[in-house]
Amino acid sequence: MITTTTTTESQPTSYAEQGNAPVRPAKGMKFMGAAANYVDERTSISGLVKEVGRKIFPDHWSFMLGEVALYSFVVILLSGTFLTFFFQPSMAEVTYNGSYVPLKGIDMSAAMQSALNISFDIRGGLLFRQIHHWAALLFIAAIGLHMLRIYFTGAFRKPREINWFIGFVLFILALAEGFTGYSLPDDLLSGNGLRIIDGMVKGIPVIGVWISYLLFGGEFPGTAVVSRLYSLHIMLLPALLIAMLGAHLLLLIINKHTQFAGPGKTNNNVVGVPVMPVFAAKAGGFFFIVFGVIVLIASLFTINPIWNYGPYDPSPVSAGTQPDWYIGFADGALRLAPPHWEVVWGGYTVSFNILVPIVVLMGLLATVAFYPFIEGWVTGDKREHHILDRPRNAPTRTAIGAALMTLYAALWAAASSDLMATHFKLSLNQVIHVMQFLTVIGPFIAFWITKRVCLALQKKDREIVLHGHESGRIVRLPGGEYIEVHEPLTDYERWNLVSYNEYEPLMVRPNARGVVTPIERIRASVSGFFFEDRISPVTKAEIEAAHHDSHAEIDGGPGGKH
Amino acid sequence: MKISPSAKLASSATKGARKSVGAKSKRTGRRSPLATVSLIVVGLLTTGGAYALFTSTATAETSTSSNSQATVNEGKKLFAANCATCHNVNGSGTEAGPSLVGVGEASVDFQVGTGRMPAAANGPQALKKPVQFTNEDIQAMAAYVASLGTGPSEPETKYLQANGDTAKGAELFRINCAMCHNVAGAGGALTQGKFAPALKGVTSKHIYEAMLTGPQNMPVFNDLNITPQEKADIITYLKYLEKNPSPGGFELGNLGPVSEGLFIWIFGLGAIVAITVWLTARSN
Repeated sequence: MITTTTTTESQPTSYAEQGNAPVRPAKGMKFMGAAANYVDERTSISGLVKEVGRKIFPDHWSFMLGEVALYSFVVILLSGTFLTFFFQPSMAEVTYNGSYVPLKGIDMSAAMQSALNISFDIRGGLLFRQIHHWAALLFIAAIGLHMLRIYFTGAFRKPREINWFIGFVLFILALAEGFTGYSLPDDLLSGNGLRIIDGMVKGIPVIGVWISYLLFGGEFPGTAVVSRLYSLHIMLLPALLIAMLGAHLLLLIINKHTQFAGPGKTNNNVVGVPVMPVFAAKAGGFFFIVFGVIVLIASLFTINPIWNYGPYDPSPVSAGTQPDWYIGFADGALRLAPPHWEVVWGGYTVSFNILVPIVVLMGLLATVAFYPFIEGWVTGDKREHHILDRPRNAPTRTAIGAALMTLYAALWAAASSDLMATHFKLSLNQVIHVMQFLTVIGPFIAFWITKRVCLALQKKDREIVLHGHESGRIVRLPGGEYIEVHEPLTDYERWNLVSYNEYEPLMVRPNARGVVTPIERIRASVSGFFFEDRISPVTKAEIEAAHHDSHAEIDGGPGGKH
Repeated sequence: MKISPSAKLASSATKGARKSVGAKSKRTGRRSPLATVSLIVVGLLTTGGAYALFTSTATAETSTSSNSQATVNEGKKLFAANCATCHNVNGSGTEAGPSLVGVGEASVDFQVGTGRMPAAANGPQALKKPVQFTNEDIQAMAAYVASLGTGPSEPETKYLQANGDTAKGAELFRINCAMCHNVAGAGGALTQGKFAPALKGVTSKHIYEAMLTGPQNMPVFNDLNITPQEKADIITYLKYLEKNPSPGGFELGNLGPVSEGLFIWIFGLGAIVAITVWLTARSN
């Protein structure tokens, strides 16, 4: 069944070493060897190559999502470089005279003009623009899915908390890159987006107006913002992104890869294929597949038709004006805030309809950023974890994840409230009210349902481990009793079902000075919230007991503790 | 004399139009655009005294219609049978439907010609549906409604040729129409279940009449606000969008970032995930 190379990273027996054996080299290899030696003697790079080349990647589809993000980012860098050759980040006013008829003779900024020229008058320009934009959407979508995978399998636990946080910073940088890029063409849509950000910034008490004037170099929209965003978009943000990406990958190598529980897989090894040569070949091919998918989409589907939107002008706002999907949750939060939620204090307006959404968004992001540290503090678990959890085996974490996802999804969906209203023939006002309800109540419902489903699945697993699969075969015993024959599990199957951690609520204990601190009390109650409802993994004794009188035990035996 | 600017604009517009009917083309009942434009200019410059005179002249001249009495009578019968339930037998309106005195031929041609009237049910706004009457019937009802009171008549065909200035039309469309109809005319939501419909496939005449009469929840864009030639430019732009598909490929409904985001999550990331599953699948 498992045909992959099994390698334990702590005790390598590897390809590189076999290469050192006195094998007669082929003709071409002689030059290669000499060249490698030349480089190594001057850089001592062999140690690094050995270390990196032997990194083991377990084979699971969900482990490739981060790679998708990485490859999309490479595509973004390549296509973006092409765009910088032709884009003029200037808000100087010009008259468009390019080849798109419905904009001929219209005044616009040089930025918009050059974006239109890229689209209509530069060979391959429109394809590159669309590749860049589609790749950006895919980049952030892949990051999102990657984060969900890490979260729900518990891959953020010690020793990977810091890498989770770096990943979160990467996510925020990607959002910033996306938003600055969206604003560059200076078309109607991007100008409207900037106006919303301007409004949010101005809604911050005391400093808001100052920040807005600083950002735009005067009153919105000014004549500076495009070139400023451009500097951020092509210099600072990509540099930070690449630096963080380097740190992210370095920690990935240092921490080694996680893996799902399975036969032969322990907390002290990693089972999979090494980077060289198998994984590198696979990954290289995969890069081109991702590139190909993006180019295919970009060549077939329009994205951001700036020629429809026209140049930015502060007066018009198009129906269906939305940010790109990844900023949607912020737009939705603003849409859901009740109108007129403002008070005037001492002559100053305080806009709760802006401040509350900002606080909700910050709270959501902060929870995501610091979750590993919160969970580590609650469990008090200082062990390293390299075996991933199945989501059901950490019911409270999974339920919290579902609740946060529901909150995010409700905010996100609210950003398209107008399109939901027109396309499903609903009243816009009703859609908004339903989304408001879902935003507030939805996370709690999702938490409760998810937790119950996880516990039920754990109970089912427990039943299967103790009694085997139901075979559907009914047998009459000599005494007249009917029983259903259960087929026992194989050892492999059983291992997958029983090898998970169990946490119990912490007891409040006095510290060395004999004091129970308030922090400790809080921690104990949070721990109770996390682990009060739980299903223990089946112990060896329980399995043996079940085997002894397997047929007698229909619903007896030690079930879940509650 | 004290008069608010908007009222002045509106009344001089009416006056300009009415005057041209009388002066230039009594035979057809149609007005020339140049006469309208020049009279608008005159109208803006005249004093309040000239106003009153002109207004009375205009009122007197509106009855000069090409519709024969027979057509009006035919329209009256159709109106009584199909419209009077809501709009009252004399078109003066009831609680269920507004008064039609002064809405003009253009209004009837739009509402009935697009199937919105007779309305199938009460609702936030009457929906488009298959047209219920023949063109003759519609003209007859229009003639009857026009006979009830002065109102905008149907547009001249020279404004409906879609041969105006596309760029100007596009700019006017973005400034005046896009906030409800979307920059690409894909439509959009209004409050309480009302909506601005998509404009693809709407005939030039109906677009013109809609601007002129402001049907359902749409505001009126009179000839001073958007001149007939500018209306023709807007029609030109909308027809340009219909005839020229997006240079970037499939348009995904022209709905902007929402459809793009849905697409990348479902088809983009969906395809990628399918590929990752395939890449990590073990051969049997």
